[in-house]
Amino acid sequence: MKNSAAIFEKQIKDTLKNKEILIQFIMFPILALIMEKAIKIEGMPPHFFANMFSAMYVGMAPLVSIAAVIAEEKEKNTLRVLMMSGVKPWEYLLAMGSYIWSFCMAGALVLGMAGGYRGRELMIFLLIMAAGILASLLIGAAIGTASRNQMMATSVTVPVMLVFSFLPMLAEFNETISKVAGAVYSRQIGLLIGNIGDFSPKFENIFVIGVNMLAALVFFGWAYKKSGLA
Amino acid sequence: MEYTVEMRHIVQRFGEKEVLRGIDLKIHEGEIFGLLGPSGAGKTTLIKILTGQLRQTAGEVQIFGKNAGNRKENLSKMGMMMDNFGLYERLSCYDNLKLFTRIYDVPEKRADEILRRVGLYEDRKLPVMKLSKGMRSRLSLARAVMNEPRILFLDEPASGLDPATAAEIHKLVQEEKSRGATIFLTTHNMEEAHKLCDHVALLHEGVIMEYGQPGEVCCRYNHQNKLLLRLLNGKMVEMSNNRTSAEKVKEYLEQEMVETIHSTEPSLETVFMELTGRGLE
Repeated sequence: MKNSAAIFEKQIKDTLKNKEILIQFIMFPILALIMEKAIKIEGMPPHFFANMFSAMYVGMAPLVSIAAVIAEEKEKNTLRVLMMSGVKPWEYLLAMGSYIWSFCMAGALVLGMAGGYRGRELMIFLLIMAAGILASLLIGAAIGTASRNQMMATSVTVPVMLVFSFLPMLAEFNETISKVAGAVYSRQIGLLIGNIGDFSPKFENIFVIGVNMLAALVFFGWAYKKSGLA
Repeated sequence: MEYTVEMRHIVQRFGEKEVLRGIDLKIHEGEIFGLLGPSGAGKTTLIKILTGQLRQTAGEVQIFGKNAGNRKENLSKMGMMMDNFGLYERLSCYDNLKLFTRIYDVPEKRADEILRRVGLYEDRKLPVMKLSKGMRSRLSLARAVMNEPRILFLDEPASGLDPATAAEIHKLVQEEKSRGATIFLTTHNMEEAHKLCDHVALLHEGVIMEYGQPGEVCCRYNHQNKLLLRLLNGKMVEMSNNRTSAEKVKEYLEQEMVETIHSTEPSLETVFMELTGRGLE
């Protein structure tokens, strides 16, 4: 655990100097804050921008961040150095996962506050976001692990991220896309967030998110077995 | 323990390609051992096997009398400086080392101690991305010795460095040897090997072509066995390195005519070229 704590601390310092990653964490929360305050259209559902950006945030920030960080560590050889210093793969993954999860949860808190959620609603909002962020983390970690360098990771991350982050939004405007998007966890996260007022998750919501997480876990297992960490 | 590293008939294949072809080597405790060879000779592959990053196709490797594949036991006794430094570019020198004080469970003040030793204390707050190649080398070496390893692996430690910086690296390597560490270094710099190493092995296409003390290896290939004198008048005189030349040499010396005097034993590079028909670059 001491190794995980040391890597976690190192990663915080590194992120503060890494604008590409930092922007992933703060872009959607800031956009939501601005849009929720600045744009009021008659007939617009409550928390419209916060909800929409939350689903996009879930599909983008954790996935892109963890894939980029792992791929960079592999490319720059720092991950090999860590492993050769006695850090175990699970200690590294725990540190990276918990660090990105924590940063994303801080972003989720801002999104929730921007959407006007308070008390029980805010807790449910954060719970839903936590599940979505975890699923994205697994997918991103798998991509980062399978990639030899950052360029390779980016070429995979961008299309995957576009699918997971934009499907929930596109599903709002198109019936066919909505049906396809139903099988994707980020859409289910979007639907759950949209119904926080009378929160009663359906079997479909839980099932789709669960199956997506399981598939991501299998994908990660495959990537780890194929490429290893260092 | 007499030997820190013992390798018996190490074979490494990548698909059809045989990169190491039956390596047998023993490295004494506390010595500086140099593995010399051109790029692609198999040097880095051998380091990866020794450090447990790669499992050899065949053969046996023991480090400190234990199987090299047992990384858990061996890692805490190893330090490593690879050709690609593996430093965190955005973090400062100090933060790069601080991370490893925690991983190695050594006091945080050790980061400052080592930064002083490698001459980077004044630059400890500089991010790595602003360091020169020589400074990166020193920082990488500082991290490698953080846990006072019993064996230090250095992959091309002074490659591409200016002579002054290379000399600083060599001084640090000697200090580690004085501490009692065994040092395994790879290089294709013959001068570096001759200056630093107690024993060297010449690796070519996965085979050890020659092994021994650098001077001893050179002497083995001293086919000419001559003396070369440069006289003060600019004349070069070549003579056999035996008793028949003694009188003549004495005469030149008595007349204070000698500017330089050399024996003709080859350099390690020449030996390598003789053995393989190619250079080390």
